[in-house]
Amino acid sequence: MIFDEQTLAQFSNGLVYSAIAVYALALLAYAAEAAGQVASAAPVVPDSPAHNRLAGAGTMVAAPPSSGRLLGAVGTSLTVLAFLLNLGGVVTRGLAAGRVPWGNMYEFVLVCALAAGAAYLAFLSRRPVRAFGVWIVAIVLLALGLAVTVLYTPAGQLVPVLDSYWLVIHVAAAITGGGVFTVGAVATGLFLVRHRQERRGTVQAPKGRYAASLPTTRTLEQVAHTAHIFAFPIWTFAVIAGAIWAENSWGRYWGWDPKETWAFITWVFYAAHLHAQATAGWRGVRASWFALAGYAAFLFNFFGVNLWITGLHSYAGV
Amino acid sequence: MRTAVMLLALLALAAIPGSLFPQRNVASDPAAVINYAQENPRVAPWLDRLGMFDVYASPWFAAIYVLLLVSMTGCVLPRSRRLWQSVRSAPPPAPRNLARLEGHHSWTTSGEPAEIIATAAAHLRRRGFRVLTSTDEVRAERGYLREVGNLAFHLSLLVLLVGIAGGKLIGFEGRVAVAEGGTFANDLSQYDAFTPSAWTDVDNLEPVSFRLEDFDVSYQTSGPNTGQPTKFAARLAYRAGNGEEQTITVEPNHPLDVNETKFFLTGNGYAPIVTVRDGRDSVVFTGPVLFLPLDTDNASEGVIKAPDAQPAQLAFEGFFFPTADVGPQGPYSMFPDTLNPQLFLTAFTGDLGLSDGVPQSVFTLDKDELTQVRRDGRPFSQALSVGETMRLPDGQGTLTFDGVSRFANFQIAYDPGKEITLVAAIVLFVGLTTSLIVRRRRLWMRLRPSADAGTMVEIAGYSLTRREPPPNEIKNLVAALTSPHLTTPVNKDTPR
Ligand code: HEM
Repeated sequence: MIFDEQTLAQFSNGLVYSAIAVYALALLAYAAEAAGQVASAAPVVPDSPAHNRLAGAGTMVAAPPSSGRLLGAVGTSLTVLAFLLNLGGVVTRGLAAGRVPWGNMYEFVLVCALAAGAAYLAFLSRRPVRAFGVWIVAIVLLALGLAVTVLYTPAGQLVPVLDSYWLVIHVAAAITGGGVFTVGAVATGLFLVRHRQERRGTVQAPKGRYAASLPTTRTLEQVAHTAHIFAFPIWTFAVIAGAIWAENSWGRYWGWDPKETWAFITWVFYAAHLHAQATAGWRGVRASWFALAGYAAFLFNFFGVNLWITGLHSYAGV
Repeated sequence: MRTAVMLLALLALAAIPGSLFPQRNVASDPAAVINYAQENPRVAPWLDRLGMFDVYASPWFAAIYVLLLVSMTGCVLPRSRRLWQSVRSAPPPAPRNLARLEGHHSWTTSGEPAEIIATAAAHLRRRGFRVLTSTDEVRAERGYLREVGNLAFHLSLLVLLVGIAGGKLIGFEGRVAVAEGGTFANDLSQYDAFTPSAWTDVDNLEPVSFRLEDFDVSYQTSGPNTGQPTKFAARLAYRAGNGEEQTITVEPNHPLDVNETKFFLTGNGYAPIVTVRDGRDSVVFTGPVLFLPLDTDNASEGVIKAPDAQPAQLAFEGFFFPTADVGPQGPYSMFPDTLNPQLFLTAFTGDLGLSDGVPQSVFTLDKDELTQVRRDGRPFSQALSVGETMRLPDGQGTLTFDGVSRFANFQIAYDPGKEITLVAAIVLFVGLTTSLIVRRRRLWMRLRPSADAGTMVEIAGYSLTRREPPPNEIKNLVAALTSPHLTTPVNKDTPR
């Protein structure tokens, strides 16, 4: 190899720090765009609920002033750049350690931030969801900041019990699911904000409200739904793969270890959400709370369980 | 469905306390509940009464998932019947007002109605629709697989429960620690811990025996993660039934599997080899003694018992450090491997309390009837390197540190429901994915004589799921129908 492992590991750290810096700039650009839109938000005609299912995918957001559009485009370009830097950081980290780069908490968070960024950019290429940008970037920035400050672990070999291809599969699925759930959670949160404003009913949305600058509830709901039904089977698969791995290394596929328990709680909340979405009277706002509960459980599993609760998974290593 | 939502939310909430309070029969720390009860003597009995230390086996937890499965069955079986009926019957007729549906298109054409109908029907059939035609209408439906997936998914939950129950009713779990050179035969009496299920056939465990030939561990000796283990390998010579003796290397994630009884390597530690002589200078104990690892550098604690010693029984208690060093807070271990192994021991004489029949842990001393050996009024203690001997004052006995061997912890599991569970999980995953990906939808085309001559064609779709139908489906149909050889459209709506 041209570079030795130490150099690669340092290179990886440099890329991650650069990603943080660029994400911070992206956040500024997006925030400025959002602020500009709030200040100038024109009246918005909300979709009437009866029309929601029938109308085409209308995203009747008042066109932002061109300076705002420029800021948004800058924000997106910076996000793409930061995403690529994050990707580079993950890849070099894997090369430095000579294995898949998700063997400890630090690496999980790097890859999860990557997955969330990828999910956001993937959605952005299909739908006008730039209003999410500021939130996704904020979350990713927070995660990366936590990773380099609290969770940092030097690159190294895996402890033997983690040295299994089920690790590769299980953790990769969990991370991908988590990244997409993040987009779902942001869309759901914005949906709730926007919904409140629309229900206050004034067809004339008050000028200067953040909610008025958001996409319609219909768009937000569709993005959330797409994210959830994409992420949910991936999460299901992650849980199953985890059980197979547990069977492989401990002789039982399910032991109610805290990590397993919270994966289960996450899954059940999202199942409740999908049911609520199909239940008359629960669709929309009420169902959204279940999705947010699921995301909260996912986050708790990621941070709370690793940091505060001991269990067999605690060798995940902080 | 409302019941399902509530019960699912309840199930999620009910699972939470089990991750916050220590649980019985949850593998990580067998003493966790006992320790918790000692630290919280007030609340612990109440928590126990509420089942908080046994959440996943408690009646209220079971009540929630049983109710959930019952309501699921009650919900899904009628749904399967309806699905069966709808598969066998025709797609329903078009609603009166197609303009209210999704992707509505209409235009006027001079084309021949029969030809338009035939073209549309052929186009849709090629794309996997079930199609029914009449002289002025085409009805089409697609995506029945979604319902099949949904049913398979829900019903697989019942099968999953059967598989889990199999393990919980017939299987068992056990643990045993074996020192290098030591043997184990799969018999109840040889386990350190054994958790049977209701119907475990404890007298007919799989006939297997093995000897731990050696146990190989290596650690990183440089770099940022110095001291992190890189390899555990237990070489076993084993015999299954009346078969030949065979050897196998058991590593993490690579168990020994004999007819579904599996032996997993789950831990390890050191077993200092000692020889104890009593006051008469006769050997009353010799061999490895298991010491319990306390930290990642394998500082370990343990006791050595010599009940045969005369005139009084002897016992030793203390620590083993594989790479010993002495810091400001006393001796500790610097590295998990044996670079400078030392034993730090104190001694006791008297009655070990082994004869009263109460089982004792091999890692603790019952000190009720023991007195600590003292010299000059202070407890007698000594640090020993390999080869050194500790001589108790007044000729009460000696202990020689002969060497160090390792022990391996094995987790032994038998779970006959595992295959059923696995199959159920696969069906669950495939069914779920199918039901979420496939979009069940209907599509209608209606022809009507137009007021100003020609035929008015109307097309619209309807999604039976929460997702929109594929956006190009209707456009493609319109394109097929408006291709030049049929007709040119007049007055065409653009899709919204
Ligand atoms: C045992 C617990 C249950 C679990 C884990 C569960 C899970 C799920 C999941 C994840 C979905 C989404 C997949 C899809 O849309 O096809 C779903 C859908 C569905 N479930 Fe359940 N379910 C359970 C119990 C029930 C019960 C009790 C009912 C009856 C009230 C029910 C009826 C349905 C129906 C009708 C759908 C389709 C919803 C739609 O059209 O979008 N399920 N279930």
